[in-house]
Amino acid sequence: MEELSGAEMLIRSLRDEGVEFVFGYPGGAILHIYDALHRQDDVKHILVRHEQAAAHAADGFARVSGKPGVVFATSGPGATNTITGIATAYMDSVPMVVVTGQVPSHLIGEDAFQETDMIGVSRPIVKHSFLVRDPRDIPEIIKKALYIATSGRPGPVVVDIPKDMTNPVEKFPYHKPGQVKMRSYNPVVKGHVGQIKKALQFLVQAKKPIIYAGGGVVQGNAAKELRALALALKVPVTNTLMGLGSFPGDHEQFVGMLGMHGTYEANMAMHHADCIIAVGARFDDRVTNSVERFCPQATIIHIDVDPASISKTVRAHIPIVGRAAWVLREMFKLYDAGADRLNEEVINKWWSQINGWRARNCLSYEQGDNSPILPQHAIKTLYEVTHGEAIITSDVGQHQMFAALYYKYKHTRQWINSGGLGTMGFGLPAAMGALYAGTNRDVACVTGEGSIQMNIQELSTCTQYKLPVKIINLNNEYLGMVKQWQDMNYGGRYASSSYQESLPDFVKLAEAYGHVGMCITELRDLKPAMEECFKLKDRLVFMDIKVDKSQHVYPMHIPQGAMRDMWLTKTERS
Amino acid sequence: MKRIISILMENEAGALSRVVGLFSQRSYNIESLTVAPTDDKTLSRLTLTTIGDDKVLEQITKQLNKLIEVIKLTDLTDGTHVERELMLAKIRATGTGRDEVKRIAEIFRGQIVDVTQDLFVVQLAGASHKLDAFLEAVGKAATLEVVRSGVTGIARGERMLSI
Repeated sequence: MEELSGAEMLIRSLRDEGVEFVFGYPGGAILHIYDALHRQDDVKHILVRHEQAAAHAADGFARVSGKPGVVFATSGPGATNTITGIATAYMDSVPMVVVTGQVPSHLIGEDAFQETDMIGVSRPIVKHSFLVRDPRDIPEIIKKALYIATSGRPGPVVVDIPKDMTNPVEKFPYHKPGQVKMRSYNPVVKGHVGQIKKALQFLVQAKKPIIYAGGGVVQGNAAKELRALALALKVPVTNTLMGLGSFPGDHEQFVGMLGMHGTYEANMAMHHADCIIAVGARFDDRVTNSVERFCPQATIIHIDVDPASISKTVRAHIPIVGRAAWVLREMFKLYDAGADRLNEEVINKWWSQINGWRARNCLSYEQGDNSPILPQHAIKTLYEVTHGEAIITSDVGQHQMFAALYYKYKHTRQWINSGGLGTMGFGLPAAMGALYAGTNRDVACVTGEGSIQMNIQELSTCTQYKLPVKIINLNNEYLGMVKQWQDMNYGGRYASSSYQESLPDFVKLAEAYGHVGMCITELRDLKPAMEECFKLKDRLVFMDIKVDKSQHVYPMHIPQGAMRDMWLTKTERS
Repeated sequence: MKRIISILMENEAGALSRVVGLFSQRSYNIESLTVAPTDDKTLSRLTLTTIGDDKVLEQITKQLNKLIEVIKLTDLTDGTHVERELMLAKIRATGTGRDEVKRIAEIFRGQIVDVTQDLFVVQLAGASHKLDAFLEAVGKAATLEVVRSGVTGIARGERMLSI
């Protein structure tokens, strides 16, 4: 029997569970682990410049690859720096295991140097957490942590390891743990077939059905099943911000994103629907607008792996707890085998109503030849230059909404953004992680001059590991979404939303890190420069695009209204 | 409406803090809480009382079930059940008041478990409203200190919470 130290067992366990990459940052309490990491080649470590970025990079890796992301950080500030990243992953149900060093067991509770109660601090934002009390438990804890993180509704798991648990001198026999069994944790897979049949009965009688698909379809690998069912039913499909890509954005049945900044047709179709099939979506407040006025005529079928998501904000008439892929497949099989069909004539009538809403062309914009570059147009250009095939990570703000609305995502796991927590600074480290997912796709980070500065230090990580992220910086010299709200709700008083005179020269900044910088101010340069940018396959290119400062994101829900209540332009309401 | 939720969970360090944390995090209300290991030392039984409508209760139940260490739970108020709370009350008892307190304690089937010249400690077990009624009968002026265990309970008949 091989004898290993706690630190060696940790690394071995990760390897045995198929973990290839770890994103992290060393420090005192985790140094035994880093030493064990250094003495092997199977698990590769990517050294970031801030622990928050380690968590976001692991998150980006997980979202693109579908595998769990793994983070290492030391105790105290190292651990607390991961908190925003953990909360981001928690809100978007991303599988992640965060291993933090802790002060030695005998010092816990004594306010030791770099001591933080990481289990306590992280408790509300983790799916579960473990404090290691015996080095012999490490292999089983790691196996459990990965199992919990990836099964059911995925989420982050923290493993806090006091330094004495990884002492290189103390060796123990290493057993690779067998199957994990936990009497208190048995996530559901299959949905209730009776409920699925009942849902289908409602569905085939519907006159105005719509599928509302969210991040659960992406995380649950159910895009294929969703597509099969939607195509068989010929019903409209809308995606949440988290669900984009789970149904092809360029498909004729796709009516666009719904919600606060959803398309006119998606929100109108939802409001008028008589049957909503919600899949892996959670009726978030950024989707529903006023819950009391939400979709008054609809029978709601809600499919989710997490029972707590069902009837949390909007009551489901037909709840189905189960994995999206399993339930959708079963639904398709039953529909396919059954005799009942949606009435084609009725559905065509529904489609003609939807096409009427579509004709309003709510995403249209007018890009004058000699006027400033519109952010909408910059995203459209990005879509054209990348042929809609790039992985797009995003930060948070106006640029995020433009990237959600003006880039058509054809593939699941192609659109990576912090939808739940809304974490500025997410985009660049997430793009780094995405590059480790092994997809061979270009990875572009759509950001703004506000968000990018929240984790800009990662330009250095990109230099070290030669990560060719394409940074598309929509620079309007304002915290754009804050400014939009200030325009709409605060009489245009721009309280702390601008910093024009103090912005860095992003080209020089990129060059200082050894990257390529481009500054685009004229429309005529935009497309050629972007083409050039994506031709530089091996280089990080920072495209600083000066965009129109007055743009707002539309459509936008009118607060306390129904789904159908929207601003379509600065002056025009639905 | 008052509900009594009974939870069977792993008897592990940190498990209780997850339950309590969940309530404050999601702004649910806890009226009382009591917890101890069961006959099987690997399990804890936690009983808590909370107030909320059906929608809130449904969420509380679902969110509790999501905690990894929670094995099973039940809303005792859904069916017939026995509920008990233990109270120790320090009551001023001097002069003619001594007999009066003793009499009230007897009426409520309480026991006097400590006696000094001026004080009784009365032990009382029962449903919460019975304990409230005792305190009302004794009166605020004579009541010096009250300790209550919080509600614990068990379903009647065949219904049980076990693994």
